[in-house]
Order: sequence, then structure tokens, then C-alpha cells
Amino acid sequence: MERLPIYLDYSATTPVDPRVAAKMIPYLTEHYGNPASRSHPYGWEAEKAVENAREEVAKLVNADPREIVWTSGATESNNLAIKGAANFYAASKGKHIITVATEHKAVIDPIRELERQGFEATFLEPEPNGLLDLAKFKAAIRPDTVLASVMLVNNEIGVIQDIESIGKICRENNVIFHVDAAQATGKVKIDLETLPVDLMSFSAHKTYGPKGIGALYVRRKPRIRIEAQMHGGGHERGMRSGTLATHQIVGMGEAFRIAREEMASENERIRMLRDRLVNGLQEIEETYMNGDLTHRVPHNLNMSFNYVEGESLIMAVKGIAVSSGSACTSASLEPSYVLRALGRSDELAHSSIRFSIGRFTTEEDVDYTIKLLKEKIGKLRELSPLWEMFKDGIDISKVQWASH
Amino acid sequence: MAYSDKVLDHYENPRNVGSLDKNDPNVGTGMVGAPACGDVMKLMIKVNDAGIIEDAKFKTYGCGSAIASSSLVTEWLKGKTVDEAYAIKNSAIAEELALPPVKIHCSVLAEDAIKAAVADIKAKKLAKVAA
Amino acid sequence: MSPVYFDHNSTTALKTEVLEEMLPFMANQHGNAASRHSYGRTARAAVEHAREQVANAVGAYANQIVFTASGTEANNFVVQGICSNLEPAQILTSAIEHPCVSRPALVMQARGWKAHSIKVDENCNLDMAHLQKLLKTPTNLVSVMLANNETGVIQDITKVAEMAREHKAYVHTDAVQALGKMPMDFFAQNVHAMTVSSHKIGGPLGAGALVLDKRIDIQPLLYGGGQEKGLRSGTENVAAIVGFGAACELAVKNLTAFDMHAENLRKRLEASLSNMHAVIFGRHGLRIPNTSFFAFPNIDGETLVTALDKAGFAVASGSACSSDSGEPSHVLLAMGVDEDLARGAVRVSFGASNTLEQVKQFLGALESELARLKNLTAIAA
Repeated sequence: MERLPIYLDYSATTPVDPRVAAKMIPYLTEHYGNPASRSHPYGWEAEKAVENAREEVAKLVNADPREIVWTSGATESNNLAIKGAANFYAASKGKHIITVATEHKAVIDPIRELERQGFEATFLEPEPNGLLDLAKFKAAIRPDTVLASVMLVNNEIGVIQDIESIGKICRENNVIFHVDAAQATGKVKIDLETLPVDLMSFSAHKTYGPKGIGALYVRRKPRIRIEAQMHGGGHERGMRSGTLATHQIVGMGEAFRIAREEMASENERIRMLRDRLVNGLQEIEETYMNGDLTHRVPHNLNMSFNYVEGESLIMAVKGIAVSSGSACTSASLEPSYVLRALGRSDELAHSSIRFSIGRFTTEEDVDYTIKLLKEKIGKLRELSPLWEMFKDGIDISKVQWASH
Repeated sequence: MAYSDKVLDHYENPRNVGSLDKNDPNVGTGMVGAPACGDVMKLMIKVNDAGIIEDAKFKTYGCGSAIASSSLVTEWLKGKTVDEAYAIKNSAIAEELALPPVKIHCSVLAEDAIKAAVADIKAKKLAKVAA
Repeated sequence: MSPVYFDHNSTTALKTEVLEEMLPFMANQHGNAASRHSYGRTARAAVEHAREQVANAVGAYANQIVFTASGTEANNFVVQGICSNLEPAQILTSAIEHPCVSRPALVMQARGWKAHSIKVDENCNLDMAHLQKLLKTPTNLVSVMLANNETGVIQDITKVAEMAREHKAYVHTDAVQALGKMPMDFFAQNVHAMTVSSHKIGGPLGAGALVLDKRIDIQPLLYGGGQEKGLRSGTENVAAIVGFGAACELAVKNLTAFDMHAENLRKRLEASLSNMHAVIFGRHGLRIPNTSFFAFPNIDGETLVTALDKAGFAVASGSACSSDSGEPSHVLLAMGVDEDLARGAVRVSFGASNTLEQVKQFLGALESELARLKNLTAIAA
């Protein structure tokens, strides 16, 4: 049997923690009721489990359980928050939306859809370190700005935005503020009692929970209203209809409980592994780290390797499972739009690798990765005419390439 | 992306990697593509006075299919006359390597590299005759 | 002791074989199906295999299957998605649709469409003359469920489709309750779109699908990473999709046996119910064999359901989603059932695990409860 590669793609999805799986299984087997069934104990049992999980999710981010709405994942949460709030408040506040060019597609594409419906959107370019300039954000606000959406932790480069300051600016200007926190839970502390955030999206499968479940935080004080995107039985106080997948909800609750209890020690361990990886990889010539060096989660390391081509690089490192660009777009040949927004050249954007470290990564995994990269980058550069030119002292940016 | 076994073989064990002496009057060089497009191929051929390609070397910055395409043509070129080389079609390369439609451009690039190298050696030889 | 579960139309237990298929994807096969490394490719292959299995169960091609998180999502997607790309006209839904079809139609009404409901007769059969009349107005979409969740009555969708197509309207059928209980054929039924769901057939909660005529231009409900060919963004719920596929395969394999078994149980149930003077709704229509919806004149359904629960039987009063509303079933009202009688309705829906013995015990419990409740009523009077 082919040996499985070392998994360093925790930002694409995490394995389900065995403790989470153990908690889910009974809700797949004996407690299989529909939580909306009010006439028998199968339903009651399921409903109780759903409410316990809601409390766990709320606790991790210091929110009220009544502020948590279940969804099928962060994509749905983002769609519901953005389309739901924009449509609800368009008449009273206006039809202008602000976001950042480096947001996840699940934020950008709903906003693009709103543009087709007559909204206007500003896509702010981040600074070269991936962070948003607060002055530029403030300047983008207009009297008719209804909504701003800025992610807490970027999925590709791991930088942490200053949500608190951005939220304050939104409050001062009466703008609804949505934050995509899919990549943040269990990695950075989130306190929604103090953070000026109105809507926040969560995902279970980036935090060792199952796929197919997420949540949207909808602030109660001051109360934020959203237009439902899915209509039917009136579940989730009318904000999101659809039978709740009890086992998945139970899994998300347990995953978020573990995250709350183990975050501090886990982050320390992961930081050590990341530093080890950075130190090892920086021994390779012509490497560039993408994203701010301090305002970032320890779980993510995004590096560009100059003079090797991205796809052949991914082919060469089959022994490790990593991403070039975000998982959702890696089927296309386009260079990462996030790295391009940082001002990276197409070549460096193409030859970037996102290493994402997680709960089950070991020191041996990191050492193997360093060794593999050194060997394969060396081999590809031996093949690369660009590397040869670079070594000959030719400035590649000055070369006139035949158009093709 | 599913690569064919032949692509994987050339990618894992590329043939004729390297450079020839570009100042040698018998060596023609073709460099095609651009870094921004994700592929750069450098093909060098050494042609004897009978017009036969004695040696071919390549370096490629590009995906697995680009590397395989250039590796394959270096094998094909050796022993051919420059005119035979010039007649190699990208479709033959694509067929041999079973390239998927999105990778056909790699074979086109390889054909372009051959044509550029042949043009270079012809220009050099003409210059020699003129001198 | 666990109560006897007679509420399989609400949700049904996950089949052991299905769980076995799912478990690897909850453990070491955890890849994101969009990733290009081997974890991702394994996940992708599993999703595509499940797509074949679902397609096979509904007689469609795999590339017609769009996975969603639920039947509710698929219904919202189809009603809003198809109509949004057309010039606003009329949307027709039957009066007995699940709210996740009828409510999106009302939402579209607020955006400039006209939503109308197609009547049903006292047997829960669609009023074809009414449909014919409604179709004289330009119509974008006709949505009629294949088998009703409450009465189990099956509609003549092929006929509905023929009429709708004559008037250039698209046809959708919510087949959530039909799958696994009757033969399905997307092409024979001649619809443009069909909704199916995993947890009604012994698959897990968290997966559904829209089967779609590929020529239809449909607007997504969820935008983002572009999964499902851009029609439904969001990381694929691999484990649930795998479970859905496995459940579909089993449902096809066990269809005949299940139908015979359920029919047998229901015959026994309804023979006794008739003796007890129950009104059985839709019994003169063609029904999926596992469902029986009935009421006793002058007996309050909520009280009866609570009493049956105490006696150890899990049944439903109306559908689960609306069972906390206290409103009488909209399906029964559409059938012209008297409001008081409708309020007393009890739904029994069988699964493969139910036995004749359980039905007999249930009938015993029902009889004594009825006697007790009748006594109470007599005293009160």
C-alpha cells in the first residue's frame, strides 16, 4: 500500500479529533431523532444535544448561545451574513459594501452577486504584509456604507487582522461588521462580549470537527437582523430553515470545547514546530515568506521558492500534503489572488507553498519536510533555466521574453 | 491533475538535462516562453557539418508536462537532421505523452523551442559562411 | 426501554452498513475534496462514487447531481435559483408542499413573481383541472411533490410534467419522501429537477441533492469556492455524501422487500384503525406503503400522541417541522378536512426495523388510550 503523505494542510481541513468522533457516533446510531420532533423522546434527546453544543460554541467565543445560528458551514454562514444583512439594511442604510481583496471566495463571491443586484462594493488592497491599513479602511467608508466584511485570520497567509480597531471604526460610522472567523477558532482568542463585531462565521472542519457544519454569530445587543436565505420549517428562529444534522452539531460542540480547553498549550507546541520549519526552510536560497511575520497564527507558513515553477513544485513534494494557494481554488491554474494582492509577482505567487501545521503534526514530520524541500528544490533548480540565469548574474526582470 | 505514466517517467527521470557551450559555432539555442506564463524552455542542439543533431540538452522552468515535453524532444532530436527536427509537430509530442487538453500548450512550447534552436543554428552557420 | 419508533418519515436511523462506509471519512481519510494531494483525491473519488450511487437510485446521470446539505437547501435552491434567472412570471406549488418549497415561492413573490397554490382533492390528489387553468398564465416553475410526507399520497408527476411542459414551464418534484419507497426515474417522470435527501432513507443527516436537467440555467444559493461546478459552494461534506451514496445503493437493493414489508404492517394497522372508526387520510389515493395518517373524531391528537409516547410509541402529529406550532396540518386543510378533525391527526410511518408485533402492541395501546380518552370526554360532557 502507498504510504500516506505527511499531512500539512490543516488549513484546508483538519481530521476529526477522535474524541469528537466518539461523541458523534451515538447520535448516528441510537439517538437518531429529528431535533424538531416535539412528540417523542428521540426528538427531545436530539434537541438537548443540539442546545448543549450551541452552548459550547458560544463559550469558545464568549457569546450568548441564543446568538448562535447553525449552518452547513462557513460558506453558508458567510452567504447568510453578507446577503442577509445587506438585504435587510439596504433600505435604511444604503447599498455600499467594503471588504478586502484577500478575503475567502465565500465572502467575495456573495458580494459580487450583490453587485449584480445593484449594490456597490469596495475591495480594499491590503498592505504588502497582508494587513489592512486602518486609515484606508476608514477612508473607504461612505454615508451609504451598509456592511463591512473582514476576515480574522487569512486562510492562505495566516495573518491576523486588527478586528477590534476595524470594528470600532464600523461602530462609529454605523456600519454592520461581519468577520469570517473560519480559520481563527482555536487559534486566536475571540471575545465577542468586548469585540465590536456584529456577525461572525464559524466552521467546524477547520477546528477538528466534522465537515458540513458551521455557525453564524448574530449579535443580540445591539440586535442585528438578517434576511433568511433558506426558508421552510422556520428552524433557528426563522433565520435558517432545514433539519439540523444532530451528529454534526454535537461534533462541532465537542470540537469547540476541546479548542477552548487546549488552545493555549496547543498553540505553544505549534509555534515551536513552525519556528523549526521556518529555520529549516530559510536555509534554502531565494525563499520569501508571505504575510506579516508577527501578526500571524503559528499554524500557517506560506513561502515562495524563487525560480521553480509552482505545479512542478507540488508534484515534487508528493511526500507531503500541502496546498499551493487555497484548497478551494487549487484546481485552477491561476496564481493565488491573495498573493497577487500582496504585490507578489505571478512567478512567486505560483511557486508558493502553504504549510499548515496542526494538532497531530510531529517534529519528525517537520524535519522530513525540510529535508524533502531542500532536495526537491535543488533538483528543480538544476532543471531551471531561470536559476541558471540568476546564478550567472542575469537580472531576470530585465529580460525581454518572447510573447507566447 | 492526472499525469500519464510517460509524463511521470520523464518528470522523475528527465533525459539530457543541462547546457551546451553556447559560444560553440555548432550549437544552436532556443529559449521560449516567459516566467509570467509559468513556462520557460531552453533547448540547445549541437549540429555537425552534415547537418545531423549530435547532442541535445534542455532546461525547463514549468509544470510536469512542460518538463516531460522538453525531455522527450531531446531524445527525439538526437540523430535527426535539422530539417527533420524542424518538421516535428506538437501533436506528436502531445500524443506520445498523452497530454490532457489543458496541457497541450506544453507541447506547443516544445515545438517552438525546436524551431527557435534550429533557426539559431541556421543563422550561425549562415554567418560563418558569410564570414 | 427505548420507545418503538414509528416516525420514519421525520428521520430514520442510520443503517449500519452506511455507517461502516462513512467511518473512514470521519477518521484518517479526512481530506478536503478540493485539495490536489492524495488525501484530497481520495475524498474526491469518494464523492464522485457517491454521485454515481445517487444518480443510479433516481435514474439520472451522475453529472446531473448537485449535492447540498439538505432537502430544504435543495428546494430553496431550485425554486429561487431557476426563477431568478427568468423574467418574473408565475410560480405554482401544490397546496400540500413542504414549507421549504412553498415559502421560497412566497419570498419570490416579494421580489416580483406571483406565487399560486394548486389545489388538491379530498384524496390528496392534485386537481389537474385547477393546474390546467392556472397554467393559462405564463409560468416559470411548477413544483409538486412526488409523495406527500404526511399522507404518503403519490402524485402523477408525469402528467403534471406533460402539462407544464406544454406551457413552457419548468417542473420540479420534491421526492424526499418518495426515494427508497417507490421506484424512481428522473427521465420517465419527465421533470427538470428533483430533490432527494439522505436522512429519510437510512443515510446520515447533512446531505441532500438536487437532480437537475443540465440545460437549465440556475442561480446558486451559496457562492464561494465554486464546488459542484459552481452551483453549490462550500467544502463537500464527504462523510455525509458517502453515507448518502451508500444509503441510495441499499435503498435500491431493498426497495421491493421494504415495500412489501411496510405494506404488510400498514394493512394490519389500518384494518384495525377502520374497526376503531378512524378516518384514514388519503387512503383512496395511491400511497407510499409505509405511511398512515389518521384521526379519531372528537379525540385531540396532541393528547393522543402524548399518551402514546407514555405507552412507548414515537409517532408524529403532522410533520415534525410544524409539530410545535399547534396549527392543524396544512395538508389536511387543503384536502378539505374539518379543522377539528385535522387537529387530531396522528401519523405513523414505518421503517424496515418495525415488526408486526410492534403494530399489534401499538393497536392495543391505542385501543386502551381511546377508551380512556372517551371516558374522560364522557365525564366532561
